[in-house]
Amino acid sequence: MRAFVAAYGAHPLHLLALLASFALAGYAAVRLAESNPVGVAVWFVGAAVAHDLLLLPLYAIVDTALVRTWRHRRGFPLGLPSVPWLNHLRLPLMVSGLLLLVFWPSIFGLGTEDYTAATGLAPDQYLANWLLVSAALFGLSAVAYAVRLRRARAG
Amino acid sequence: MSVNDPDRMTTAPGAQKGRLSGVLRVLEEHPLPGPFRRTFWRSPLRGPWLTAVFGLILLVGLTILFVTGLLSYAAYNPDLPDNDLTPTAGILDFYLFDWPTRPYWLYWLLQGTHVTVGLVLIPVLLGKLWSVIPKLFEWPPTRSLAQTIERASLLLLVGGAVFEFGTGVLNIQYFYVFPDSFYPLHLYGAWVFIAALVVHVALRFPRMVSALRSRSFRDELRTDTGHTVPEPPDPDDLVSPDPAPATISRRGVLALVGTGSATLFVLTVGQSIGGWLRPTALLAPRGQDSGSSPNGFPVNKPASAVGVESAATDSGWRLELRGGEQATFTRGQLLGMPQHTAHLPIACVEGWSTGIQAWTGVRLRDLARLAGVADPESVFVESIQQGGFGATSLRGNQVLDPDSLLALRVNGADLSLDHGYPARVIVPNNPGVHNTKWVVRLSFQT
Repeated sequence: MRAFVAAYGAHPLHLLALLASFALAGYAAVRLAESNPVGVAVWFVGAAVAHDLLLLPLYAIVDTALVRTWRHRRGFPLGLPSVPWLNHLRLPLMVSGLLLLVFWPSIFGLGTEDYTAATGLAPDQYLANWLLVSAALFGLSAVAYAVRLRRARAG
Repeated sequence: MSVNDPDRMTTAPGAQKGRLSGVLRVLEEHPLPGPFRRTFWRSPLRGPWLTAVFGLILLVGLTILFVTGLLSYAAYNPDLPDNDLTPTAGILDFYLFDWPTRPYWLYWLLQGTHVTVGLVLIPVLLGKLWSVIPKLFEWPPTRSLAQTIERASLLLLVGGAVFEFGTGVLNIQYFYVFPDSFYPLHLYGAWVFIAALVVHVALRFPRMVSALRSRSFRDELRTDTGHTVPEPPDPDDLVSPDPAPATISRRGVLALVGTGSATLFVLTVGQSIGGWLRPTALLAPRGQDSGSSPNGFPVNKPASAVGVESAATDSGWRLELRGGEQATFTRGQLLGMPQHTAHLPIACVEGWSTGIQAWTGVRLRDLARLAGVADPESVFVESIQQGGFGATSLRGNQVLDPDSLLALRVNGADLSLDHGYPARVIVPNNPGVHNTKWVVRLSFQT
């Protein structure tokens, strides 16, 4: 046992559990890839790559830039009381971005023909709705920030 | 590795540091720049506790998705002719049980839950993946055979998660860009994902529990940004060795993820519930108003989209019954039979529903009796619709339910062509696409 752990790096159960998992995944993968193996492989690996190497770096860079700007310009030249604004911008920005991430096909009018074939309706309101929801998110965050500013001034 | 190590099932890279030899040691001494250096990752919030909170929510949520997904599969009665959309599934195509007709709202609840919980989990999944991203760039990339294999499994886990959420999200928006039909992709993809998830949970569950116990949830909810400090260094190297000052607290991150989930919930759940809540589903594919007429509720596939023209459904239309005896009826003759009204929703696999409507027509069990099969094993339903779901099977229990109808009217008016005029099937607790429209033939089997 000790020799196995030294050579392998974990308990034998670790190996058995993973092999069982790979076998079941393989059984499903054979069926998954049946009609279009290349397309499915591209989608499956592409899904991990799209998140780990595209989406995450993209929002991390935006957030890092935001934080750097905040660190350098958090002073208030007019003598206003200082209330950190960073998260009042982060929250609506991230939620609006999340809605875009989930509903971009609807928002950008992709798949319109199939949408109409399924529903009998035209999908032409989603961009406007997303903008309205985003306006509400930024607006509510602005109101919350204004309230905090006012309290800070009063206090 | 000691037997007393709480993580003895898992690879614990921290425990093996300094024991590397040969190529691995050379690699370790020459790390690549950027994300491959641990000091690159500076968020003071990353740590086992935060990862474990996301992990626990996902564990509960993904279990709900798996169970509701499997039940949806059972709801199609895949053992009956023309119902199985994944005929090559092998052991993954197992038969669960005869799908019941009661409670009438079960499929409505299950599929609404599947799609809505799936959407609501997306920010949690993103948070979880963010919290462990440094592990992707771990250097050296592996320290043992065990770790190599486990990392390969994580590719299936992450790829599977994004694949499943991605295909689901695209499918409900009718953006059919994926490389095959949705049903096999989402079903088999789920099994690949579940295979990787089960082993991940088995290996990591004790670590999740110990991490959750390492901090008080209540105290975290009371800690503001100014008092937020990194978690102590952990054996999994999630905690940054060079943390930046906190710009948001842990409760702030949970509030951010929670706000994302709540926003998705509020903007989509109306399409599942229907009625006056539907217009609140501003971003959901089925949040649109269909007008206030008796036929003013969402349509799945209007007549024009499936090759049904009014000429084929007008005066020449006949319903053909087959079974012990054969008979044909005009719509007028069907209207002359005893009529029954049932208040039922149609619920779609895509998570939306029509809300409850008042359907009126002839009971399927009366038609079965007219066909000479009073106690049918099943009925094969054929429509004039072209393409998918133009022919499906219902089981005997679905035929015999007193609310199962060949509906001719809805909410006091004739069915519209898009809702299946001259006649459509309505069965309680039946997946939407099995409530066949434009029915021309019912073949009852003993």
